[in-house]
Amino acid sequence: MGIIIDQSLCTGCETCLEQCAYDALEMVDDTARVNDNCNLCRACIDICPVEAISLEETRRQADERTAAASGVWVFAEQRDGTMPEVVAELLGQGRRLADQLGCQLAAVLLGHAVEPLAAELFAQGADTVYLADDPRLEHFNDDIYCQILARLIGRDQPEILLAGATALGRSLIPRVATAAATGLTADCTGLAIDPGPRTLLQTRPAFGGNIMATIVCPAARPQMATVRPRVMKAAEPQLGRSGRLVPVELAPEDTSRTEVLEVVRAIDEQVNLTGAEVVVTGGRGLGDAEGFELVRRLARALGGVVGATRGAVDAGWIGHAHQVGQTGRTVAPRLYIALGVHGAVQHVVGMQGSENIVAVNTDPAAPIFEVATHGIVGDLFEVVPAMLKRLEQTRG
Amino acid sequence: MKIIVCIKQVPDTANVRLDPETHTLKREGVESIVNPFDLFALEAALRLREELGGAITAITMGPPQAAEVIKEAIGYGVDDGLLVSDRAFAGADTWATTRALAAAVEHLGGADLIVCGKQAVDGDTAQVGPGLAQRLDLPQVAFVKGWREISDGHLVLERQMDDGFDVVRLPLPGLITVVREVGEPRPPSLKGKMRAKKYQVPAVGAAELGLDPAEVGLAGSHTEVVKVFAPQAGGDRLMLGGTAEEAGARVIDLLVEAKVIAGGA
Ligand SMILES: Cc1cc2nc3c(=O)[nH]c(=O)nc-3n(C[C@H](O)[C@H](O)[C@H](O)COP(=O)(O)OP(=O)(O)OC[C@H]3O[C@@H](n4cnc5c(N)ncnc54)[C@H](O)[C@@H]3O)c2cc1C
Ligand SMILES: Nc1ncnc2c1ncn2[C@@H]1O[C@H](COP(=O)(O)O)[C@@H](O)[C@H]1O
Repeated sequence: MGIIIDQSLCTGCETCLEQCAYDALEMVDDTARVNDNCNLCRACIDICPVEAISLEETRRQADERTAAASGVWVFAEQRDGTMPEVVAELLGQGRRLADQLGCQLAAVLLGHAVEPLAAELFAQGADTVYLADDPRLEHFNDDIYCQILARLIGRDQPEILLAGATALGRSLIPRVATAAATGLTADCTGLAIDPGPRTLLQTRPAFGGNIMATIVCPAARPQMATVRPRVMKAAEPQLGRSGRLVPVELAPEDTSRTEVLEVVRAIDEQVNLTGAEVVVTGGRGLGDAEGFELVRRLARALGGVVGATRGAVDAGWIGHAHQVGQTGRTVAPRLYIALGVHGAVQHVVGMQGSENIVAVNTDPAAPIFEVATHGIVGDLFEVVPAMLKRLEQTRG
Repeated sequence: MKIIVCIKQVPDTANVRLDPETHTLKREGVESIVNPFDLFALEAALRLREELGGAITAITMGPPQAAEVIKEAIGYGVDDGLLVSDRAFAGADTWATTRALAAAVEHLGGADLIVCGKQAVDGDTAQVGPGLAQRLDLPQVAFVKGWREISDGHLVLERQMDDGFDVVRLPLPGLITVVREVGEPRPPSLKGKMRAKKYQVPAVGAAELGLDPAEVGLAGSHTEVVKVFAPQAGGDRLMLGGTAEEAGARVIDLLVEAKVIAGGA
């Protein structure tokens, strides 16, 4: 098994060598060869202009779960009785997938004294709500949450399970997928059904956002994905819509080894970047820490939160909690405003999912303009005051 | 205290740029590096060893050249390393990766604490840590940003959440994944570098770990990549000309018109 290069087709153009990030391709006698570094990432296959590269296929065994599985499930994450918005987005997307598959949509709710949330889940499109309500589930502990979810999956065998790519989801769901012995795709930005084999096509950025990959889980069930917040369209709530409530009892031996001693809400400054509708980000173009005053003023005027590049964080102008990008937070707000931001790939991967991107930069060649929806080549110290003035005028 | 740190060799994405015309990767001498998040994992392990004593082993699964990252870890001051390498491991998804890593941990006789980075920057999944904990039936705390109390029997950790952080008690043996806030990695020591130069990295393959080639690598993976493509260009981009004054006003008007932001009082 592995990458195969048809030597009779290879023209020696070396396109694949440039594309390979693992140094796994080399030229031997004017044609490309694969060496031991190959990670089977397949980036070379699609890039070959003469289609000389292919992957030797392995037939995955469909197991008995494939035929028996039915239903789309959404993990309804909650903290202290509040669900993040991604739950409504998952239900919106889950409803579309379930309708296409002609199956039911269920939500799984774990916690303590959280029954009132079930009505919200029905209103957002769930046909069934599985509710495990127990003092042992009051705080999030991976092992007990995993036990309950994995047991439910084993019993009722959903075809698909979606969860938010939040801190909680990305901690818990890999554990659940492993317990359920199935595949999991992280941080998806696109989900669709391939109607023939009824498989879920899961699209996600990889490699620091430089490439997109579509991933399937052909045999094992459920097909599991965590989904990036603010990408899917949320369900319109239908007040009064109801469904089937299925209580889930805990067994006496269900316990958690970890123990939550304290829950600390949003640190010093309000930096709930992940949940923000508007993010105004400052980069090194601000010149100094004082430059962030302007960023704060614009963020306040727009009801948004302040983001920063690593350049600005490393310069000590603002705390790391504000950093957006590969080593910071990933955001996808309705509006992202980048001020004095160069647009390094590590920054762009954390914000390119934003609906509208305004970039202000003095350098017309700054790569941030490649992802901007509205670009302004100019000095932010002149442009931002003009924006603030206009906002005041329009709002009277 | 016996600590195992999982580290991965990844291509250095800092030097990767997207060709705006063709949307392919432009690599100018892209080197392989230790996954940046795993440097925080190494730092966390070193700090814990300073307090609690014991030994640290760094393990990596990868091609033969991944031995480099083990040598680097030795330079930072870990006691030992293990390269988990076999052609059969290529193309592993996170399910197959955790199978091999779990076998390697057992091969080493287990650990009191396993430390992973938050995520690897090539795949960006953050799945290997929690998956490995489940494979080994260990309690876990992911996204650890610091600790309040440490002992041989348990750790009291701060776990980063989207809306703040939780203080969580983890009994040992257990597994943690760490984020940047655990502490800036120290530079490798001179003594460490000398030792790294001479260090022979022990290696094990599927056979030594008692793994069937069918349960690891591409063959043992549940997921399959069906397509790889360049991200879409930024959609419709509008460059706003004129003076700073005009452009600033115009962009607000456009955003109000498109109902992205509220206008009016
Ligand atoms: C492993 C790794 C992970 C990383 N992770 C992240 C991450 O998570 N997030 C992140 O942001 N970065 C990250 N980086 C760093 C990234 O590569 C860049 O160095 C960083 O994003 C640059 O920040 P910047 O755009 O603020 O600064 P610069 O690159 O210095 O750009 C400043 C920009 O401001 C413009 N400018 C200057 N003056 C003005 C003015 N008066 N008006 C308007 N524009 C002006 C300039 O033209 C320039 O384009 C990472 C790097 C590595 C290696
Ligand atoms: N091949 C590997 N060898 C050793 N550790 C790994 C490997 N892949 C992932 N890890 C560890 O798991 C973490 C999360 O990786 P990932 O799930 O790939 O994003 C990394 O930061 C490493 O600590």
